[in-house]
Amino acid sequence: MISLQTYLIISALVFIFGLIAVVNKKNAVGILMGVELILNSVNLNFIAFAKYVDLSIKGQIIAIFVIILAAAEAAVALAIVLNIYRYRSTIDVTTVDLMKN
Amino acid sequence: MEATEILFLIIAAITVISAAIVAFSNKIIYAAFSLLLTLFGFAALYVYLSADFIAVSQVMIYVGGILILILFGVLMTQRIYDVSVKSERNPVLPTLLTAIGSAVVLGLIIFKTPWRQVADSGYAPITERIGQAIMGDFLLPFEIASILLLAALIGSVFIARAEEKK
Repeated sequence: MISLQTYLIISALVFIFGLIAVVNKKNAVGILMGVELILNSVNLNFIAFAKYVDLSIKGQIIAIFVIILAAAEAAVALAIVLNIYRYRSTIDVTTVDLMKN
Repeated sequence: MEATEILFLIIAAITVISAAIVAFSNKIIYAAFSLLLTLFGFAALYVYLSADFIAVSQVMIYVGGILILILFGVLMTQRIYDVSVKSERNPVLPTLLTAIGSAVVLGLIIFKTPWRQVADSGYAPITERIGQAIMGDFLLPFEIASILLLAALIGSVFIARAEEKK
């Protein structure tokens, strides 16, 4: 029988990789991939708790809403990235500092 | 060890390794295709957690929608044959601190908490219960989510459209 902690360890590993991608990459699309990894790991946690601790399907419902939010976030973020690329010809997030000063 | 557990370990290894490739690959197109494997691995893990509806939703929405969008973004914005990338990454020290800090916190939480283990409830189809819950207890969040999706649709089309020439 697969225990709850196995799922939590997988989820934690993927969460840390997503965090590394968000903090370390300069490419805006790479950062978006890191965000997707983080959202997926959180979803895995919700569903694992729904099966092993809560014994109801509330965790799965919350996972569905997380998927919906991730879809909306990806669409809007990629539209913003494409717009930045059209005006600046780069998607390096460290050079897009128009609102810094 | 049973065959299902061996298969579970293989799926978990594929998921974690491809997530590592997403984080550490310098070529963004490799990261995007590796993300495909990660998302499929998560869908398989959801099947192990007897969440069949969410597994199918994962494949349809993430692999069929979000990953295609991300690949679209990669191919639109990146000269993929341009190999002379000077500095693709931020300084490594803050990343290392962030990763180690979160790893310590998550490890302490996972291994120190006395998790309440219940008996394995087995595999049962769950789509009907999800439908009843969405149309019952979770009706208001469902409607709000549909309004949010409409707003995101209109907003992203408005942001991404070409500027009109005067």
